Amino acid sequence: MKTLKGTVAGLALSLGLATAAQAELSGTLKIFSDMSNPAPRAVMEQMAEEFDAMHPDLSVELTVIDREAYKTQIRNFLSANPPDVANWYAANRMRPYVSAGLFEDISDLWAEPEIADALASTKGAMTLDGKQWGVPYTYYQWGVYYREDIYNELGLEEPKDWATFKSNCQKILDSGRKCFTIGTKFLWTAGGWFDYLNMRTNGYDFHMALTNGEVAWTDDRVKQTFANWRELIDMGAFIDNHQSYSWQEALPFMVKGEAAAYLMGNFAVAPLREAGLGTDQLDFYQFPSINPDVELAEDAPTDTFHIPSGAQNKEAARAFLRFVVSADNQTKINGGAALGQLPVNSGSSVDDDEMLNQGFEMLSSNSPGGIAQFFDRDAPAEMASVAMEGFQEFMVFPDNLDDILNRLEKARERVY
Amino acid sequence: MNLAPETGSSATSPGVSDSWLRRNRQALAPWLFLAPGVIFFLFYVIFPILQSFNLSFYRWDGLGDPQFIGMENYRELMDDRAFEVSLWNNLKWLLLYLLAIPAGLFIALFLNQTVTGIRLYKSLFFFPFVISQVVVGLVFSWFYDPTFGLLNQVLAWVGLGPINVLGDPTLVTYGIIIAGLWPQTAYCMILYLTGLNAVDPEQVEAARLDGAKGAKMLWYVIIPQLRPATFVAFVVTIIGALRSFDLISIMTNGGPFGSSRVLSFYMFEKALSEYGFRMGYGAAIAVVLFLIMLCFIAYFLWSMYQDDKGAR
Repeated sequence: MKTLKGTVAGLALSLGLATAAQAELSGTLKIFSDMSNPAPRAVMEQMAEEFDAMHPDLSVELTVIDREAYKTQIRNFLSANPPDVANWYAANRMRPYVSAGLFEDISDLWAEPEIADALASTKGAMTLDGKQWGVPYTYYQWGVYYREDIYNELGLEEPKDWATFKSNCQKILDSGRKCFTIGTKFLWTAGGWFDYLNMRTNGYDFHMALTNGEVAWTDDRVKQTFANWRELIDMGAFIDNHQSYSWQEALPFMVKGEAAAYLMGNFAVAPLREAGLGTDQLDFYQFPSINPDVELAEDAPTDTFHIPSGAQNKEAARAFLRFVVSADNQTKINGGAALGQLPVNSGSSVDDDEMLNQGFEMLSSNSPGGIAQFFDRDAPAEMASVAMEGFQEFMVFPDNLDDILNRLEKARERVY
Repeated sequence: MNLAPETGSSATSPGVSDSWLRRNRQALAPWLFLAPGVIFFLFYVIFPILQSFNLSFYRWDGLGDPQFIGMENYRELMDDRAFEVSLWNNLKWLLLYLLAIPAGLFIALFLNQTVTGIRLYKSLFFFPFVISQVVVGLVFSWFYDPTFGLLNQVLAWVGLGPINVLGDPTLVTYGIIIAGLWPQTAYCMILYLTGLNAVDPEQVEAARLDGAKGAKMLWYVIIPQLRPATFVAFVVTIIGALRSFDLISIMTNGGPFGSSRVLSFYMFEKALSEYGFRMGYGAAIAVVLFLIMLCFIAYFLWSMYQDDKGAR
């Protein structure tokens, strides 16, 4: 602990910054967190405890709120009773609070070299209106998690292009299984498929332009994305009745071997392993290329910490944010024993886990196109809800496409 | 509470007794007793209703400054297909939910006999009303599950199916209404069971002497005497239908693609859910729902007033 404190102080001095206050933080630091699941909760509690121990004059008060409830409560506490630090998500999901002036502009933190260099990869996701509004603490890759044993049994390779992707799928279908499990009851899972198909068909920049409302939903390029999607739907690649299942309820299809793969975030790995899939049964591949002319881009949602503009102890809050993103802390909280996700600091090391290593490798060296957040974070909430409902309808009734796209276009004209 | 002697004693001290408060206390007393209730009602019911009306003329995300946009929210409602779907679904709920009344009546008639263990049967029939709507929703979701659900297994025995009730936009609302009818029928049954206790045995006897039995007896003698129970059953069922929310939220979350929404759920989605926060638009939906309810409320009040007049 002593050495860490010394390093921080030394670093501050050597950079000639007037951060003497660093060592003499006092008062209380109120933190509101949505890390309510058992593992994240333990991580959050430990971080608060450590930070408390580092600063003898400062007492840290941590309030953990249920993740779903947090989404509605944040609106109230940010305006009525703001804490000093609060959890939230990157990209457009923070726009309402940024526009309402409820998040503190922390561009000054991002100007510090330790943060600017180490977190460069996520700066874009934290930037709105040219300023930064929070720091990321974890992210995770999306990709196709598949049953390695089924692929081996059928002699299939991890696909690198669209043609192999489809021919693999056909072989899986011929063996009496479904290619992909998915549960679209809560809509967002279909958003993942759209993200990948659109980014592979039209590229990252187009996808961002679309989610920013700069492109019409009735554009031919969007229709091409849906045409590609439809090829899979018409093959019968997805499990039946997916509109009745949540993403968790769709897991058993893969566990029982009735479906061979799942396009999901890394958080699906833990329940799949708990359900009994061993390392030789579960593997991961990057969503293959569709249009060879566009660079591969990935979804990797980032979870973040912010300082509310009404915070009482902004100095301590900034120090906490520095602590959260520091390389050591990032390594620790994202380790397999804690969150089991990817650290955002480039100086941190990734936990030795098959999926995490592959995911890290993919995001750092094989996604030249860019890193997207996720459909419902890149697009404004209202557009996202209408669009994801349309995706679900398309997956059940692909013939309704024109009607769906016209509806989305109407929503786009109103929302932006 | 004995006011009479006080009034009598007023003659001895005319200065005090002639005060306005004393002279009008007969008229004032009921209002004083009502005051707490009236204040709470104004503050928690009437005032929020007016506030919703007001809010529906604004565009507001719950955070920034509300922006007055006049009738814009209502204009948008006019050609919002999701709103139209919700309105139709509300109508389906209103009509089909009323089936709980005859169903409750017949179960009550069936259970209104003296057999050993009838109390047990009665409580078994009443059971669905006691359990939470959330549990009812979950139980029916499992029942309807397209892959593992009991419904499809039964259908398979008779060579039908499989059907995905909650995943089919044409069936989903009916599926949820059936789930809702289960507890509602139990409620109506209890209302009728108590009503049946109050049926005048002399009238039944007299009717029997006149040769009435079976359906005639039921229609001309029993049901007219059950009128108060029917009225209450009607009121709670209509209100229950218009308030339907929890079952939809639990069983389908409004889906598939919004085809099982009703007004109350749509309002929640637009105003308060994860992707919503259009307070003004949500308020406009709430106002429409309130106006629909107002028709029924007005009818109920008028009907109760008529009864009251008849009794006097």
